Amino acid sequence: MTENEIKDKVVEILKPYVRNTDNLGSVSNSTHIITDLEVNSSRLVDVILAFEDEFDIEVSDEEADKVQTIGDAVAMIKAKI
Amino acid sequence: MDKRRVVVTGIGAITPNANSVEEFRQALFEGKSGIRHFAQLAEHNFSAQVGGRPHGYESKLSEYFTSEDLLAMNEVMIFAGIAGIDAWKDAGLPIIDRKTDEVNWNAGAIVGLGLGGMDTIAEKVIPNVLAKKIRRIGSSAVEQIMGSSVSAKLGGLLALGNQVSSNSSACNTGTEAIVEAVNRIQFGLADIMLAGGAESGDINIWAGFDAMRVLSSKFNEDPEKASRPMSATAAGFVPGSGAGILVLESLEHAQKRGARIYAEIIGTALNSGGHRMGGSMTAPNATSVQRAIAQGVADAGIKGTDVDYINGHLTGTFADPYEINNWRIGLGVTPETLPHINSTKSMIGHGLGSAGGMEAVALILQMTHGFVHRSLNTEDIHEQIMPYANSVAVNRIEKEIKIAVKASFGFGDVNGVTIYRKWEN
Repeated sequence: MTENEIKDKVVEILKPYVRNTDNLGSVSNSTHIITDLEVNSSRLVDVILAFEDEFDIEVSDEEADKVQTIGDAVAMIKAKI
Repeated sequence: MDKRRVVVTGIGAITPNANSVEEFRQALFEGKSGIRHFAQLAEHNFSAQVGGRPHGYESKLSEYFTSEDLLAMNEVMIFAGIAGIDAWKDAGLPIIDRKTDEVNWNAGAIVGLGLGGMDTIAEKVIPNVLAKKIRRIGSSAVEQIMGSSVSAKLGGLLALGNQVSSNSSACNTGTEAIVEAVNRIQFGLADIMLAGGAESGDINIWAGFDAMRVLSSKFNEDPEKASRPMSATAAGFVPGSGAGILVLESLEHAQKRGARIYAEIIGTALNSGGHRMGGSMTAPNATSVQRAIAQGVADAGIKGTDVDYINGHLTGTFADPYEINNWRIGLGVTPETLPHINSTKSMIGHGLGSAGGMEAVALILQMTHGFVHRSLNTEDIHEQIMPYANSVAVNRIEKEIKIAVKASFGFGDVNGVTIYRKWEN
């Protein structure tokens, strides 16, 4: 799976949680999940669970804590699949 | 201190026979039953396989909630959200954009529930705990199973800044919420309160009642006959679900903004029977019921004979004849002068925590449109209710309702009474 394919899936998973949908159109690796997309921070728990299901991976709490941007999520997932 | 006057300016409901207030008005007018057979109940060996559960509302969820909302809302929250938003809009109140920081500091909500987010407990919490997969419960279980789930969600949807909480008093919940909210406005602590109750139609909620053998199990093949309050062949209640919410407002606030007023709440009472004199966790102390009704009448400053219509608690159990007798004594009337009475539960089942709210909306609709709805399945009135037969709405009665009473009585031996007077411009 390419980084772009992973990124597309990550954005798709995030979509229902995104409050600032205006910023969805210009997502890049540096897009911050909480500050740019305005995802409620407590819902990151659910986003990580969705990553685990989608990519058949396991993410520890420590690894989850490091995911702040789209790029962080893509890199973490890429390293595990 | 003089108590402020409190009026009803908005109503919202989602019920087993209607997904909007207008549909509910029509269903009540036509005597449309919302009771259905559920294959799921049969598959799980329930004795009683019928119930009342709102359906067909899914396509309009996006009008009320964002996709993010829906990821963290269970059925009872969805019902309360729909009824609350509908009531708010019906009152002509503006919905504040979520992107702004504006808060309605003078508006709050007391919206209760009986048994809460049982679906979330059954589907998310227990299976994951048993599987030792705590992380898999996710982030939204607590907000969906906390007792205040329904009022808390409404607080966010409508930017409420006054008291936001949920009460719980079993089948008296919705009526108690209305009384509590009236009190808050009377004493000047809020100008606007959403008040009512909600309940989900979850198999796990209904299971406990089935185990108690208090549900109607003899009409599984004929669901619309199953809910039979005041009938000689009643043998248990039909479980229901949904939500009914009123917008209550101080009279001065409502008049100042030129709101349409349905009715004034002129009297209320709450009490309990202390599990004495025949009362218990599951049975009412008749004396406490009579006292509650009499206290409500006294609070309203009316006579029992002034009442035009009673929306009874009347569930379709052995307790119905006792309830009718309690109304006679509480109102101080004779069997011949008992006001017209019906049971909305005959159409929608017993909504438990949502009952008082849905039935208050039914009362307002009948008062506004001048009819007492048919109490379904009363063609064989119970022997002990026969002396009151002329008061029972066996068929729809078209009449002006100026004063009406709604009471609820719940497990725990608790009672609530509300008295409404139609608003005349």
